[in-house]
Order: sequence, then structure tokens, then C-alpha cells
Amino acid sequence: MSVFQIDFGDTPDTPPRVVGIDLGTTNSLVAFLDLTGPQVIPGSNGSPIVPSVVHFPPTGDPVVGAEAQEALLIDPVNTVYSAKRLMGRGAADVAGELALLPFKMAEGSESVIRLSVGGRQLTPPEISAYVLRQLKQNAEAFLNETITQAVITVPAYFNDAQRQATKDAGRIAGLEVLRLVSEPTAAALAYGLDKRRNGTIAVYDFGGGTFDISILKLEEGLFEVLATNGDTHLGGDDIDDLLLRIALEDVATEWGRDLSADHEAVQRLRRAVINAKHELSTLPAATISLDYQGLEYRRSLPREVFEKLITPTIDRTLVPCRACMADAAVTPEQIDEVVLVGGSTRIPLVRQAVRALFKSEPHTELNPDEVVALGAAIQAGILSGEVEDQLLLDVTPLSLGLETMGGVVTKLILRNSTIPASATEQFTTAVDGQRNVLIHVLQGEREMVRDCRSLARFDLKDIDPVMAGMARIEVRFLIDANGILNVSAKDLRTGKEQSVEIKPSYGLTDEQVEAMILESFDKAEADFNERQVREARVEADRILAAVDKAKQSDAWFDLPVEEQASVDRAINELHLSYHGDDHVLIQSKMEALDLASRGLAENMMNSAVRNVLKGTKIE
Amino acid sequence: MKSLPADYFSVFGISPQLALDLPELQRQFYVLSKQHHPDRFARASTEQQRYALDFTSLLNDAWRVFRDPVARAEYLLKLKGYDTPDGRSNDGRASSVPTELLEEVFELNMALEEARDGDSNAKHQVAEALKHFTALRESLDRERDQIFAAYDSSKQEFHLDALRSLLHRRRYIDNLVRDAQQALS
Repeated sequence: MSVFQIDFGDTPDTPPRVVGIDLGTTNSLVAFLDLTGPQVIPGSNGSPIVPSVVHFPPTGDPVVGAEAQEALLIDPVNTVYSAKRLMGRGAADVAGELALLPFKMAEGSESVIRLSVGGRQLTPPEISAYVLRQLKQNAEAFLNETITQAVITVPAYFNDAQRQATKDAGRIAGLEVLRLVSEPTAAALAYGLDKRRNGTIAVYDFGGGTFDISILKLEEGLFEVLATNGDTHLGGDDIDDLLLRIALEDVATEWGRDLSADHEAVQRLRRAVINAKHELSTLPAATISLDYQGLEYRRSLPREVFEKLITPTIDRTLVPCRACMADAAVTPEQIDEVVLVGGSTRIPLVRQAVRALFKSEPHTELNPDEVVALGAAIQAGILSGEVEDQLLLDVTPLSLGLETMGGVVTKLILRNSTIPASATEQFTTAVDGQRNVLIHVLQGEREMVRDCRSLARFDLKDIDPVMAGMARIEVRFLIDANGILNVSAKDLRTGKEQSVEIKPSYGLTDEQVEAMILESFDKAEADFNERQVREARVEADRILAAVDKAKQSDAWFDLPVEEQASVDRAINELHLSYHGDDHVLIQSKMEALDLASRGLAENMMNSAVRNVLKGTKIE
Repeated sequence: MKSLPADYFSVFGISPQLALDLPELQRQFYVLSKQHHPDRFARASTEQQRYALDFTSLLNDAWRVFRDPVARAEYLLKLKGYDTPDGRSNDGRASSVPTELLEEVFELNMALEEARDGDSNAKHQVAEALKHFTALRESLDRERDQIFAAYDSSKQEFHLDALRSLLHRRRYIDNLVRDAQQALS
């Protein structure tokens, strides 16, 4: 008779789970794939939406999400929102919009912005890392496992520096970013899952800070992006700013007071116009209301007026849409489905504009706030091997070129090329014995260097010293599946790999990111501990000085000898702990001294009372 | 590690040729993408990931070049050792005017200049020239397809010589068409 053995042993090691993250301008979400499909993960407050806001309180750890959003009203200078708009940018790029933001930029922000918040200087990737870490924690709490790998979405029209900054943020947060996937493509993936039909799809993605349009061909599970276009500085934020400016003027007229320099008032009013904007998506009119320092402001905003105000903003989205259709070589009639993504597509006028442009009724079945995260989770499933019948073929949104003679840009890889994509170019030397060649790489569609975005300078170093024009260095420019440029070089004469030093024009160097990873893990704790030790010492100084003073008084000599000895012992012990870095110990020694000197304090009180009484008698 | 295909044709497993069945090639492109895309190797060894990235970029580059008959022809000429004007080292604009076009080009340039000065009559002339050159380009494309077929069946070098000079003329006409379109828009 045979015995069937049932194996209750450990299941084979499952590979680590990959989560999908939508790192948005206004809100961020994390999602994962289970057997029924992609699911968003709720935070401790039950909502999957984590506002992309980080508050840096004067003491204690930074706070992320809904709580930080509340802090925006009481401590606006130390609360950062819309950090995504600053990613991969320099001071000159954002001078205009920082005017409306309460936080301040630090010196030396030319190639990487540094914000002065909560007594420290932080770059946008570090701030985004706090949001990512919160999402990571939410996922870990919900799934009850450690999360180390993620897919993060980016606007399709993000350039190299903005993508790199996003990847850096992931690394700083302790996440290995397996893939950056563009938001509209992710949304198409989320919609495609239950449809599974062939055709041409347009994804209109109007979010908090960015606008993207992508046109895709869907064929047998293959999502091929034909073309993409957009504006990384166009979103719901712009509508908020517009309404805020008008409301500030209106309040100034009504109250006779300009509030624009009062950060708290501005943030309250900002919240009020956003509420009104949201209401106007379903109601024919909304009221912008502000109660501040005993004053009351009420302004009714009919939808008609609202629509007139935002028409120019919405029209700005139509320009990239037309350019994208031209690049994809499709007419509106050839587009089978239109998908709406992003909170701003809840605005009825936006839907109307989309309907008119593409001549079809857009899809809105999926929650526009969640659809990108859901798509990111599917892409995570593709990478982990759980999803086998689907694949994304994305494109690079911007042309890649080299600076050549006369400040002209020579294009190497054209926009809308399917990625990964590559190009090789040969370089030589101009002078005998030349050891270095500098290559300037740019992104953009214009012809002149000054009109394109500088990406990086690559220094080909240690070239064999030969006669001018004899060196043959082949440089390979490769845009990977994340849309990020990789450069490698080979000396064709020797066949050896040529060393290349990268000097990014915007963003952090690898070393800087490494340092931030270390800092964020060790220093966050070290910082906090150090501050507590410092505070404990200040308190100890105060107590020691007070006891010292008391020892000069009669009260000390009235004290029994044993009690004097125990006070001295306590003083000594506090002194010993004072120079260590254990604030808990300092704290306990202070408490011990406090206890030991209770009798001394009582004597002091009594003699003080006596002195006061004496004083009154003399008078 | 597997070695990478030596050229774009080997990516698709075909011999160097000029006339291609694009719908079939596109099907191949999708099949190869599904097999080799880096997304399929996210959990594989670094070496396999590297191969997936390199192969797929080569595949994408190849498909992009093959889709465009002019780029495809230029690529094959380069592969066969011909020095083709790539629009950089030897700018099409700066290169010599094809002799048979000299007179027409001269007239067009005159008309373009006058049109820029706001001469509406000249604009009409430019429009006529645009029509003429567009037609010329179309006939060149028909001629090109004939050379494609002739080369593919005989593999004789002189067809490539003819192709090279045809591409040169075509590039020149391309520039003229673009200038004329700009002047009219």
C-alpha cells in the first residue's frame, strides 16, 4: 500500500513583490496586483490617496499626506507641496512659480533646487522620497511584507533630468525603481485589461501639475505608443493659481487689505478656491468663502464665469493634442477610444473640449485619480512575470541631439522613437596629443542649442595621445526603457572601452544621491537624537545653574548634611551624563537631581517668603 | 553571452535587401519585441538584462529605419561601403545642385525671394513650383522602387550607384519642397 505524503513544507521562495506607484503633483497612490487584478492600497486613514505634501515641523519627524496638508494652513513656510513641479529643474526654470509658493529656495539652486524648510535644505527628490516612503510604509502595513521594488509613473513628457530625479527619489526612499512608466501609458494599460480589443486609443491626462496626451495602438496585448506630447507645466495647479490671484484681488478690494504676503491667509484662500473648483464640477455655482481674523469673505462663482476664466488654460491642452495626432499620423476619426486621466478631467468644460476635439465620448469608467496607479501595478506585474500577455512599447517624448559647430543641435534620436533606442556617433581630436573630447547632449525640438534643454556634458577622458584627427572614438547614446540616456564609448583604434565622465546639467550626481540615501536612513535618526541631546543639555544647564545658586544661599546651610551629600552626588552624576550622547540618561539624572534637591527648594521657598515679608516690613 | 546581430537585417533574420514587405516586417517586429523586451527580463541576470536592452534597441532602431524607404536605402548603401550624405557631415543643402535642376531651382529661388517680399504673383509661382517638384519627387520614388527591385534580384553594384545619385537628387528636392511650403504657409 502506498502512502501519500502531503507536503506542508514551506512554499518555494516567492520573488519580492513589485508595487506600482503614481507619484503625482497633488496626490500619490500605491497599488499592487492580486489574482483579481490591480488594487489600490489604503493608508492608515482608510484612503488610498496620499496628498503629495510634506510638513517639516521644527521638532520631530517630517509628516506626509493628509496631516501635512492640514499643516499647510498653520505652518506654510515649512510645508512643501507640488514638489513634482520642481523635479529635475534649476532655479531659473521655476522663478515664476515659486513666487506663489510659500517655501523659500536656498542659495546655489542653479542646477538642483534646494528648498529651505524646517531648518534644513532639501532637494525635490528628497522631498518626494518622503512621499514615496509613506507609500512604501502603507504598502508594507497592508501587505504585511517588506517592499523594496517599485514601478513609478512619470508624465510622458518628462525630460531626462525629470525622469532621473524621480528615479533618485525612489532610491533615496529605499526603493529599487524597476521601471519608470509614463502616466498615460499606464492608464491605457489599466483600461486595456478588461477590454482586450484592438484599436487606436488617445489618453488625455490632465493632472494637478502636468498635461500629457498619448496616442497608442493596441494590438493583441501590445500597447504601442505612436506619439506623445504635452506640457510639464500645465495642470489643475494653474487653474488654482488663476482663481487665487483673482480672489486675492477681490479680497483686497473688499477688506482694504492685501493678503498676498500673508502665507497663512493665502493657503486658506487657496483651499477655498480649490473647494469651489471641485464643487463646480457638479454644481452650477459655488461660493468661495474665507473666514480670517474675524473677517468674512463670500463670493459666488457661477460655472459660466468659471468656464470663461479657465478657457485659455484648457485651450492650451489642445495644442499638444493636435501636434500629437499629426505625429502619430492619425485623424480624430481614426481614434477608437479616448481615455480621461487626472483629477482635472472632472471639469465639465474639459470633457466638452475633449469630446469636441476627438469627436467621441471619452471613457470615464475608472476613477481618474486611481487609474494611473492601477496601470503602474499592471506594469509591475509585467516585470515580475505575473502578467505575460501584455507589453508596453513606449517612446521618447523629446528628440536627443548633440551640440555642433555654431551652436547648432544635430539630432541623433528623434522624438516618438520607440524606446529603448540608440544612435552611435564617431568623434575625433582636433589637436595633436589631445586627451579629452567634450560632448554636449541636449533634448528638444529646436535647432539652436540655446532653445533646447541641456541634458549633460560627457567628457571622453584619457584618449590615447595621437595626431589630430587620428583618434576614433565611437560613442553610443542609448535611451533605455525608462526614457533615460546612457552613454558608452569605445576607442575604435584599440577596441578598448573609453572612460566617460558625466556632468549632468540639472539634477544630482550619483555620489550626491548615494550620500542622500545614507543620510536619509542614518541621519534622520541621528539628527533627531542629536537635537534631543542638545535640548536635554540646555535643560541640564538651567537646573545646574539654579542648584549652584541655591548652594550659595542660607537655605543650603539649613539643609541636613546627608541631604547635602545626596544633592552633590546627583550633581556629579548629571555632570557625568552631560557629555554623553544619551538624552534619556541626561533626562533621568536631571530627574534624580530634582528629587534630591526637593528639600533645598523648599528651604529656598521659605527663605524667599521670609525675605519678601521682611521687605514689606521695612517699607 | 549571445552575440548581438551584426546589422539591422540580421535582427530580422533577412539578407540585405531594399524592397521589404512592411506588414510582414511589422508582425515580426511585434513577435521579436514580445520575446526580447527588457520588461521580460526584469528578474533575469544582469547579463541577460543587458542583452535584452541591446537587442531591443537594435530592433527598434532597425524597424524605424526600415519603415522609411529613404532611410532604409541610405542604410544599405552605408552597409555596402558607400559614403552617403547623412545630412550632417555633408549637408544636403550645401551640396551641389543636380545639373538638370539648375534652371528650375534658380527660378524657384527668385520666386521665393519675391514672395517673401509680399509679391502675390510670386506666391502663385511658388505654388506652381511646389506642385512641379512634388510631382518630380513622386516620380523619383517610383524610379526608386524600380531600382529596389532590380538590385534585390541581381545584387549588382551599379544599381546602388544609381540609387545613390537618385537619393542625392531627392534630398535636394525635399529641401525645395520644404522651402516652398514654408513660404506659402
